[in-house]
This record gives sequence, structure tokens and C-alpha cells, in this order.
Amino acid sequence: MQLGIAAFILRKLLRLALLLIAVAIFSFVLISLSPIDPIDAYVGADMLQISPEQRDIIAQRWGLDQPMMTRFILWLRQLASGNLGTSIIFNQPVSTVIGSRFQTSLQMLAIAWLISGALGLAMGVVAGARAGSWLDRAIRFYAYTLAASPTFWVALLLLLVFSVSLKITPICCATPPGVLTRDVTVWQRLHHLILPAATLSLIGVANIALHTRQKLIEVLNSDYVLFARAQGESLVGIIRHHGLRNIILPALTLQFASLSELFGGSVLAEQVFSYPGLGKATVEAALRSDVPLLVGIVFFSALFVYTGNLIADLTYQIVDPRIRIGKSS
Amino acid sequence: MLSVQDLNITFTLYGRGLAQKQLTVITQLDLDVKAGEVVAVVGASGSGKSLLAHAILGILPDNAQVSGKMLFKGEPLTLNRCQDLRGKAIALIPQSIGYLDPLMHVGQQVQRTAQLSGLSRPAAKAAVDRTFARYRLAAIVQRLYPFQLSGGMARRVLVSTAVVSQAELVIADEPTPGLHPDVVTETLNHLRELASEGKGVILITHDIEAALQIADRVAVFYAGTTVEIAHAQDFSNNKIRHPYTQALWRSLPQNEFIPISGSQPTPDALPDGCLFSDRCPWVTQECRLDRPPFLQVRGAPVRCIHADR
Ligand code: SF4
Repeated sequence: MQLGIAAFILRKLLRLALLLIAVAIFSFVLISLSPIDPIDAYVGADMLQISPEQRDIIAQRWGLDQPMMTRFILWLRQLASGNLGTSIIFNQPVSTVIGSRFQTSLQMLAIAWLISGALGLAMGVVAGARAGSWLDRAIRFYAYTLAASPTFWVALLLLLVFSVSLKITPICCATPPGVLTRDVTVWQRLHHLILPAATLSLIGVANIALHTRQKLIEVLNSDYVLFARAQGESLVGIIRHHGLRNIILPALTLQFASLSELFGGSVLAEQVFSYPGLGKATVEAALRSDVPLLVGIVFFSALFVYTGNLIADLTYQIVDPRIRIGKSS
Repeated sequence: MLSVQDLNITFTLYGRGLAQKQLTVITQLDLDVKAGEVVAVVGASGSGKSLLAHAILGILPDNAQVSGKMLFKGEPLTLNRCQDLRGKAIALIPQSIGYLDPLMHVGQQVQRTAQLSGLSRPAAKAAVDRTFARYRLAAIVQRLYPFQLSGGMARRVLVSTAVVSQAELVIADEPTPGLHPDVVTETLNHLRELASEGKGVILITHDIEAALQIADRVAVFYAGTTVEIAHAQDFSNNKIRHPYTQALWRSLPQNEFIPISGSQPTPDALPDGCLFSDRCPWVTQECRLDRPPFLQVRGAPVRCIHADR
């Protein structure tokens, strides 16, 4: 079994390397073809004060006069040594920016991930156990509606209701304005991430609820549940002893695999709430032509989503006895 | 202990729109089992054998309507009473390991069965240990998952579920499918043992030979009805009454090995009168008028008006 898992991880790492190389090529080609001029983007408003000669010097220093292939190799070499460059808008190394921004996002993402998972699972179980009832229909209606509504729209709606009308949640940001970072309390932080996390949870619930419902219905129609009923097990007992055991694994897998949607959703939600996380940084980098930061985020998100999928695959390997033990014997 | 009289099971099927179809899958089914006795229920697939088991346990799907009389220890077996009795007084031994939760240790599952029958947790644990020892299942088997069991072990685990529940009536649904002959014999002996301990045992099978190894009586099902309830020795004594039973017997390899021509009618195309009339070699005009009632012929009930000839 140890060997099996080691080989599995090795294979996955190889795939990851291929994926990152592909991402590198795509990013490079796309950005080379884009109308953004790196020197313009770097110099920004001071543009008028530079002479064409000075421009040429910068271009030479940066190697912009080299052919595309050479530039790609040079860039790849920097990448491989871990140097993602310097963010133009933050004037800090890209890795530092991503690191600190991701930390801000992480709390919100983690909360949204946990809540959407737990809530979705619960809704799926209720709907599946009472399949066909009005409760089931209501849950399905909710899930289908939410699955079809755009993130920013849900975010705006929440903002309007809870921050503008009811005034119980802050209107923006991760901390109260005018308060020093070290003076911000945990409660203030939580208070600020409620709405963005709620937005992502409300939407994230749909997929897992529908999936769990389907899976539970399958389980309830299985032979082993029929046998459990023949032994006098009640519906609640069946769900407790057999249902959860058999739906938790697919649910967990789905939830890890949905990290990509969560991440994508955070870009929009953070924008609406001006929540200074990685998602907002993405939008800023794109709007202000911060190419190094944008490429850095592309790499980071590829890694993030890949890790989610890897964990999803790995849970099966480790948790499902049919795979875990079945392989060794 | 158990008596089933004139059982009918009808399914309501919903077609397109509001169209409904009634499908009667069991008609005039009879069976009785006494304590200490093995009654085999024999018939081809689709003859209603498993449905009978599900009806006794009250686990038919919601769209099934049941009529007729079912008595357990003299009291009517209503749906509520089924719910109280199943897992306690009445136990099912399922067909295959597919009836166990694939993600749960088998020991835990058998223990759950014992707890459902009313034992406390420690008592259930002790009952599992005792029963596994009785069936020569090592202690580590308790910590295996169903997919890790060999065919023989799986059988013994499934029989254990009925034993730990202390049930008085055990229904074994097709317990010997595709098993090694040694395992078949072993399983059948386990069932016989249960009867010797005073339990009533219903052995549902399509395998007459297996049934005759341990059964006291054999109920032959055809197209959802009981055509005959013979004594086990009637088969070798050439006393079996119904033409279908005789045909089944003749089709065995050690006998004449003649297969029965034609096939069992489907529930939506049952013949008028006797359900066997479209295949019966003795059929007369009279057979097509009414469903034959149970007649006592040579000491046992049979649904054939010409059985005494
Ligand atoms: S009743 Fe008639 S058709 Fe039916 S089994 Fe007897 S002889 Fe055959």
C-alpha cells in the first residue's frame, strides 16, 4: 500500500510539473501577444518624462530586444529559481504580495468552504431522505436557482440587504477603516468576512447538496439498506449507520474538487465587498497591467486548484477500504 | 408459527401522465411453517419467492398493495406488527455479500443486527463473539470489510446475522447461489441446525436438489402462486402431485433431464383459470374456467383439479 501511494503521488507530481509548464507557455505567449507594453506599464504616469533613448536602455536591460524564444528561456530560468518578479502596483516581490493577500483570503475561503460543505451535506441528506416531499422540492429549487445565479449578483444582494438596509454588517474591507492592523480584533475580522464568506457558502451549497441527495437516494435503494430495514433499522438509523458512511466520501471528494469554483467565486465576491484578498488583487493586477503579479496569481491558482483535486483523489486512496486494502492484497 | 393464506400482491405502476397500471405479481399464495421445521420455497425466478419474503418482513415498496391473511404465532401480521417483529422475531438471511454495507466492518454490522434485536451493546458484542466462534470465524474476521471475505466466510457471516438476532423464524433468501458444493452443504447444514434448535426456517431457492437435502416440506411456486406443498419424501416416492412439480423433478440431471417447454407467464399476461394451463400436458376445458382451489390429494395440498388421476 505504501508503495502504491508513493507511486500515485509521484505520478501526480509529474502531472503537476507538466501542468505548470503548460501554464508557463500559455501565459508567456498570451502576454507577449497582448497590447500591454511592459515599459509603459512599469513607468506609468512618468511616461512623458522619458526620452526614447532611455526607453531603449530599459528595453535592453530587460532583454526586450532579444528574440521571443530567448526571452522565454530567460524567464523560465528565473521562474524555476523561484523568482516571480516584482509587482508593479504594490512595488513588492510578487511572492510576498500573493502570500499576504492569500492569508487574508484564506480565512474567508476556509469558512466558506466549511460552511458550504456542512450545510450542503445536511441539505442533501434531508432532501434525499425525504425525496419527493415539499422539503425536497424546496431544497432542489434553492440549489438550482443558486447554481444559476452569478456570484456578484448574490454578493450585491447581500450587501444591499445586510449592510445598506439592515446595517448589521460592514459595507467593505477586511478591517474597520482607520484602525491599525495590530489593533484589529478577531471579532472585527470575523464581522468583515461574514458577507463574502456567506456569498460563497450560499452558492457553494448547491452542488454538494444536489450531489449528496442523489447519492443518498442511491444508498437508500441499495440492497444493504433493504437488509438493514429487514433487521428493523429505522430511517434515521439507516442514515446514521449506513447513509453518512457511504455518502461522506463522494461529498468530501466533491468539496475538495470544488476549490476551483470557490477560488473563482472569491475573485468576484472580494471585488464587490472590497475585501483585500487574493481575488481582489487579481482584478487590480488585470486592470492595471501588473503582468508579473497576474502571472504569479495564475501560477498560484493553478497550484491551488491542483492541490484541491489531488487531495480529492487522495481521500479515496486513503479512506475507502476497497481501494486502500484492495490494492495491497 | 407462520401461516400465509391467499396472499395477493399488486403493484401500482405509474405510466405516462396519469395512466396507472395494476400488476398482480402474487395471486393466491399459501405457505405455512411450524417451529423446528425447514420449509423450502422452490420456483423459477419471477415466481414471487423473494416478494413473499419481503411481504413477511413488511419491506415491500410503497406502491405494493397486499391482501390476504398472514398470521405469525396466531396473530395477524399487520404492517405495524411486521415493523416490531422484523430483526427480532423474524430474521432474513440475504442472498449475497452485496446486502452488507461495503464500508463497515462485518463484526460491527453483525453487532448492529444484535443490538437491533434488543440486546444491549455488551450483550450484542458477546453474542457476536459467540456466534463467530460457533461458525469458526476467527476474531480478526470481525475487522474485515465485506469485500475481503471468501465465499464460505461470507455465507457464515450472513447466517450469523440471523443467529445473533435470536429470531424464531428465519427466512433464507437464495442462500446458495453459485457456491462451491462444499459451501452449499455447509450452509444448508447450518440452516438445518437452526431448525433443530426450534426455529422455523424458510429456505427460498430455485434449486430443488439443495432444498431436498434439508427441507421437511417443499412449497412449489409458479407465476406468483403456490401450486403444491409437498413433503420432501414425496419426490423420491413418486408421490408429487402437480404437473409443474413433476416437470421440475424430471428436469433434474439425475432424473430424466427433460427441460419443461415454454416459459412462465409474465404478471401482465396471466392465462385464465389455472396459471399453468398454457403449458400443462393434462389441460382440459375445465382448467381454463377458474383458478383451481387447494385440494388435499394424497395427504398434501395442491392447486390442480386433475392431480388425483
Ligand atoms: S388444473 Fe388443469 S391445467 Fe392446471 S395443472 Fe391441473 S391439469 Fe394442468
